[in-house]
Amino acid sequence: MSTESAAAAVESEPMVPRPYRVAHRVVETHDSVTLHLTPLSTPLPRFRPGQFMMVYAHGIGEAAISISGDPSTQDNLVIHTIRAVGAVTAALHDTRPGAVIGLRGPYGTSWDIESAARHDLVVVAGGVGLAPLRSVVLGVLAARECYGRVTLIVGARTPAEFLYRGELDSWAARSDLDVELTIDQPAAGWDGPVGFVTEPLHRLHFDGGRTIAFLCGPEPMMRFSAQLLVDKGLAPTDIWLSLERNMKCGIALCGHCQLGPLLVCRDGPVVDYRVAPLLRIKEL
Amino acid sequence: MRTDDPLAGIATFSHLSPAERAVISGTTRVVQFPAGERLFDEGESADGCWLIQEGRIALDIAVPGRGDVVVQTLGPGDLLGWSWLVAPFRWHFGARAVQPTTAVAFDTARLRELAEADPAFGYALVLTLFTAVLQRLQTTRARLLDLYRGSDVH
Repeated sequence: MSTESAAAAVESEPMVPRPYRVAHRVVETHDSVTLHLTPLSTPLPRFRPGQFMMVYAHGIGEAAISISGDPSTQDNLVIHTIRAVGAVTAALHDTRPGAVIGLRGPYGTSWDIESAARHDLVVVAGGVGLAPLRSVVLGVLAARECYGRVTLIVGARTPAEFLYRGELDSWAARSDLDVELTIDQPAAGWDGPVGFVTEPLHRLHFDGGRTIAFLCGPEPMMRFSAQLLVDKGLAPTDIWLSLERNMKCGIALCGHCQLGPLLVCRDGPVVDYRVAPLLRIKEL
Repeated sequence: MRTDDPLAGIATFSHLSPAERAVISGTTRVVQFPAGERLFDEGESADGCWLIQEGRIALDIAVPGRGDVVVQTLGPGDLLGWSWLVAPFRWHFGARAVQPTTAVAFDTARLRELAEADPAFGYALVLTLFTAVLQRLQTTRARLLDLYRGSDVH
C-alpha cells in the first residue's frame, strides 16, 4: 500500500489501532525500554521527527508516545522508547518480543529539520526527552553536510539513566557533533560534568541569527533552557520545544490536551517558544 | 580568548566598564592545573578566584564512606571561588582539576584592597560575583527539582 493510501486508510478509521508486533526490545534504564515494532497489517504512514503515536496495550489503554526512529530510513519499522510511569506505560514496558500492541498515528507537528538546514543546531534533552530528539539527531546526521555546528546537550538524573547510552558514546566520538552529557546527582565512577543542562548551555557561544534550538524534557527544564537561549540572542521563533499534555484521542476531537487556544495533539507537540505566555499560566 | 584581556567575551564581566575590567585584568595571571591536582580543600583559608578558560574543575566534599563526592563541575567561562570576599574567608567545598585545566587566577588580596579603596569599583566587583552566584544558585535550584525522576511503578 502506498503512503497516500495508507494515510487515507488512517483517515477513514482514525480511532482503530493497527496491530504491530514487538520485534525487538532494548532495556535502556531501570524504567525505560525501546520497542522495535513491525506491522502485522497495512503499515501506518511514515512519521516525521517529533510526531507521536497513540500506543495501545490490549485491554488496558492507550498512551501518547513519541517516535524515536530514524527518519532517514524507508522501512516500516516503528521505534518507541517507553518509560513506565503508569498502568498503560508499565504494561507496554513489560511487553516482550512477539507480543502484539496497537498503534494509531503518526500525529502532531514535527521538528522541522529541513528548514533548519544551513543553521547551527543546539539540541537539549533532559531525561526521556531524548526519545523524540533521537529522530532529530539521526535525521541531521544522515544529512550532516547540510548543517553548521551541531551541539547536543543531554541531562540525566544519574549516569545509569541516560537513554541510548551506546549511541550517545558513538555520537560523542564524532568530530562533527559536540556532545555534552551532564548529570544532576553525583555518582561514583562518573568523571563527566555534574550540573543542570543550562550550565553547558550557558557556556556555549551562539550566533543568534543562524542558530536553531530543539528542546525536549520536563517543562521547567525547557522553560529555563529557552529563556537562557533568548537571553543569548535567539529569537523565540528559532526555539522549538515539545509539549506534553494529556493526549487522548490524538486527532483534536476530545479536548483533553487543550492548552489555551492550542490542542496539543494537533497544534503540537512541537511548538516554538512564542508559546511561553501559555506556559506561565498555572491553570493550563 | 585574547591574552591581553582575559575577561573579554566573558558574559559575567560584560557589564563592567573597560576601565573596571582593566583594573581586574591587572591582577590576573594564567595558571594551569594537571588532571587530578587539588586547588583547595574544605576548611582551608580562601584566598583565590579563578576564571576557567579550558578544562574542567570539580567541586567536591569528603563524605565518610563515599570518598570525595562531586557536587558540581565547572567549565570554560565559569568562575571558581568567591569565599575570599566574605568572612570567614574559608572554602566550603574542595576543588580538583578533572581534566588538564587552564585558568585566569585573580589576586584576591589585591582585589579586596582595590574594592575597599574605591567603593564604586567594589560595587561593580561584587555585582560581577553576584551575577555568577545567582546563575549558580538558579541552576542548583533547578537540580533540586529532580525533574528527571521517574515514577515508582518499577
